[in-house]
Amino acid sequence: MIYVYAFLFCGLVCMISQIILDNTKLTPGHVTSLFVVIGAFLDIFGIYDRIVLYCGAGALVPITSFGHLLVHGAMDMANDLGPLGLSFGIFNLTSAGISIAITVAFILCLIFKPKH
Amino acid sequence: MVIIMSDEQYQKFIKKYTPKPKKLINAITTFVAGGLVGLSSEILLELYEFWFNLPRKESGVLVILTLIVIASILTALGVFDICVTKLKSALIIPITGFAHSITSAALEYRTEGLVLGIGANIFKLAGTVILYGTVAVYIFGIIRLLIIGG
Repeated sequence: MIYVYAFLFCGLVCMISQIILDNTKLTPGHVTSLFVVIGAFLDIFGIYDRIVLYCGAGALVPITSFGHLLVHGAMDMANDLGPLGLSFGIFNLTSAGISIAITVAFILCLIFKPKH
Repeated sequence: MVIIMSDEQYQKFIKKYTPKPKKLINAITTFVAGGLVGLSSEILLELYEFWFNLPRKESGVLVILTLIVIASILTALGVFDICVTKLKSALIIPITGFAHSITSAALEYRTEGLVLGIGANIFKLAGTVILYGTVAVYIFGIIRLLIIGG
C-alpha cells in the first residue's frame, strides 16, 4: 500500500506545481521556494512526519521535504539547547544532499562543456 | 498592402495563431511522471534497506543522494533539459530539480572562471530554496517553540 501512497503523493505535489505554473506568471524558482516554505510550515505540528510515515520515499523526494528536514534538524537541537539550538541544527539533516550536490556539480562542470 | 488595426483587433488576431497551452494534458503527464519518480524512489529505498541493512531514515538520505547524482550527470550530458521540456515540473519539484539548478549554473558560468564564474554563480537558482528554507525555519521554529515548546 505504501507504493500506492508514494505514487499518489509525489504525483499530486508535481501536478499542483504544474497547475500553478500553467495558470499564473510564477516561474519554477517561485514555485520551489513556495513549496519549501509549505513543507516547513507542515512540520510545525508534525503533519509532514505523518505523511512521511504513510508515503515513505514518495514524501521524501519532493522539495517540500527539504523544508521539513530543515525544521526537523533545527527542532532536534532546539530540544536539547533551547532556542539557540535552532542555529546549530538547521542544516544537520540536509547537509548530505547540499554538499553532494555542490561537489558533484563542481567536478562535472570541470569535465563537461555546456550543451545548447 | 498595409493592414491597420487597433490594439484590440491585433490581440484577437494573434489569439488565433498562438498555440493554446494544454493544461489538462500537462497536469496528467506531470501527475503520472511525478508519481513514477515517487514510486521508484520508494522501491529504491526498500532495496537499500535490504542490501545494506540500513535503518529506514539513513536509506532515505541515500535515495536523495542517488537522485541528486543521477540528475547532475544527466544535466551535464544535456539529457535532463530534454526531459524537462516533456515532463515539466515532474522533474523540477523533486530534489532532482535542485541538483539540476546547481549543475546547470556551474556549467553555464564555467567560461567566466573558477572563482568569479562558478564560485559566484553556483547558487544562482538554488539559493532561493536555501534562503527561504532557512528564514522559514527560524519563523516556524520560534512559533513551534512558543506553542508546543519543542
